[in-house]
Amino acid sequence: MTASGSLAGEAPLITGGKTASRVTHDVCSLIERRPGPLWWPTFLLAFSALLLGVIAVAYQIKVGIGTWGLNRTVGWAFDITNFVFWVGIGHAGTLISAVLLLLRQKWRTSINRSAEAMTIFAVICAGIFPLIHMGRPWLAYWVFPYPNSRGPLWVNFRSPLLWDVFAIGTYFTISLVFWYLGMIPDLGTLRDRASGLRRRVFSFLSMGWNGSARTWSRYEVACLLLAALATPLVVSVHSVVSTDFATAMVPGWHATLFPPYFVVGAVFSGFAMVLTLMIIARKVMNLQDYITRRHIGAMCKVLVFTGSIVGAAYATELFVAWYSGSSYEQFAFNNRMRGPFGWAYGIMVGCNVIAPQLLWIRKIRHSVGAVFVLSLLVNLGMWFERFVIIVTSLHRDFLPSSWTSYVPTLVEIATLIGSFGLFFTLFLLFCRFLPMIAMSEVKTVLTRASEKRDTLEKERVA
Amino acid sequence: MKRRSFRAEVGVFPTEDALLAAAAACRQRGVELLDAHTPYPVHGIDDVLGIRRTRLPYVTFAGGVLGLVLALWLQYWSSAVDYPLNVGGKPFDSLPAFIPVAFEMLVLCAGLLTVAVFLLRSRLAPGRRARAMDPRITDDRFALVVRRRDASIALSDLQQMLRTHGALEHWSEVTE
Repeated sequence: MTASGSLAGEAPLITGGKTASRVTHDVCSLIERRPGPLWWPTFLLAFSALLLGVIAVAYQIKVGIGTWGLNRTVGWAFDITNFVFWVGIGHAGTLISAVLLLLRQKWRTSINRSAEAMTIFAVICAGIFPLIHMGRPWLAYWVFPYPNSRGPLWVNFRSPLLWDVFAIGTYFTISLVFWYLGMIPDLGTLRDRASGLRRRVFSFLSMGWNGSARTWSRYEVACLLLAALATPLVVSVHSVVSTDFATAMVPGWHATLFPPYFVVGAVFSGFAMVLTLMIIARKVMNLQDYITRRHIGAMCKVLVFTGSIVGAAYATELFVAWYSGSSYEQFAFNNRMRGPFGWAYGIMVGCNVIAPQLLWIRKIRHSVGAVFVLSLLVNLGMWFERFVIIVTSLHRDFLPSSWTSYVPTLVEIATLIGSFGLFFTLFLLFCRFLPMIAMSEVKTVLTRASEKRDTLEKERVA
Repeated sequence: MKRRSFRAEVGVFPTEDALLAAAAACRQRGVELLDAHTPYPVHGIDDVLGIRRTRLPYVTFAGGVLGLVLALWLQYWSSAVDYPLNVGGKPFDSLPAFIPVAFEMLVLCAGLLTVAVFLLRSRLAPGRRARAMDPRITDDRFALVVRRRDASIALSDLQQMLRTHGALEHWSEVTE
């Protein structure tokens, strides 16, 4: 990736010769008009999946987590896999909105709003799983350190599980605030176009935004500050999640490689999910002029880059297991590749390491259909990565007498489907009721305005 | 903050270039520029309007220090002073294990305080009514608000100057 957004000879970021008022019209009419023909079927499908999940969750809370396929050896499996998967999905949103803002990557402007929304919804989905796993979710507030009548017995600050509470909680809060702050100018635009009840709602939400230059000046600095905070935050979140495993003694988990390995995997899976969502959204919401081939191409490059790092991490894990000389480590990885879950390892390597290598080919990067299929494969592969890490490490541990296997129950599978339902329901509602493209930011990269800014910046440097 | 009201002249421009040119011309004639209202941040207008760089980064820093100190104190006090509990033989004051939570609290406090101060300073709050000059400002128009002081420049001259720099329309109003 280069530092400047528009190199000579590259396709424009926004196609269709848009003017500022055209951008306003295109984005606002998505909300003001009735949804397109594809919206309702997609929404009903997602909502049905959500209802299935609601039933499954209600059942397992009422009966207890004995409804899962866990046993005394495999104490973590499907549920934690889903938790790590969803937290990881969120990471690309923060990367696009914060890291690419700091790096001045202009292509982020069309996709940052929906990527941030994706982050928030993915973290909501993730949060549900440890909550159910507690077994008695109505006592979930016990994880917070507050003066209580039990001693006061404080939480154990030395436990990575508690670090998770703070990491995920902070991540959700900061992402939500960053997302909302970025949306205030656009909510102002919606307010100024609306009348009646809609106007009152957007008037309330836009907080009295009037586009004053003094406010803009502070606003840009506030966004940069939040981006600078969110960048190390996103690295910390999946590092903390990885310590849930890395601080345990289980072979296959106990590795110092885990924090960077998890962070890169998270960015990788997140970008795959952004691609999946954006390719669907540009079709369903008719946004081909805003989410162009150039955006898809740029995300493909991130995907092949992070995918290769993930491949290097898999190789490093194997090398370290062999080089450690520990027979338990060596067994764990042999069992992972050739044991009863060898097929899952195969899916993981095939989807995460081999499949994305096709993206080196320009023709494949430019074919929306091929990219869509590859993004789905990466989503699948990254789900299996977490499953492989968790289940294959646990099911055959130190004592052969305690070896077992693990099969998910229907309740667990229904919960996973339900979490996808929740995610897509929230995302489709977001597309329908909030500006899914950051209008005020896209207006700054429309050819004329951005060309002038480039020369201004060059003059300043010179 | 003391609020003063001014008699102002507002000019509405079609492009950011026209806005910047008009603002520069007004400044040259000694007309006091009050504010500009734009659909997106116009770079270069800050200098012309004489907007000082915001001191928000200091707020962020203060919030970060607050969160860090608060989290380290809470973890130390609850784990080593109020209810020391032997967990796996680890020391009561296990500082390295307290770092992740301290870092998260640093980010949380710094971020929330930054946004809170930004909203307060910009007088933005949920439900607050916008003092918008024109609804098209959030679409594709750029408004320049200048102070009307008949002593320095005649109103007709001022209006003429706005028009020559491409103002589509202009009007007078009382502003803060």
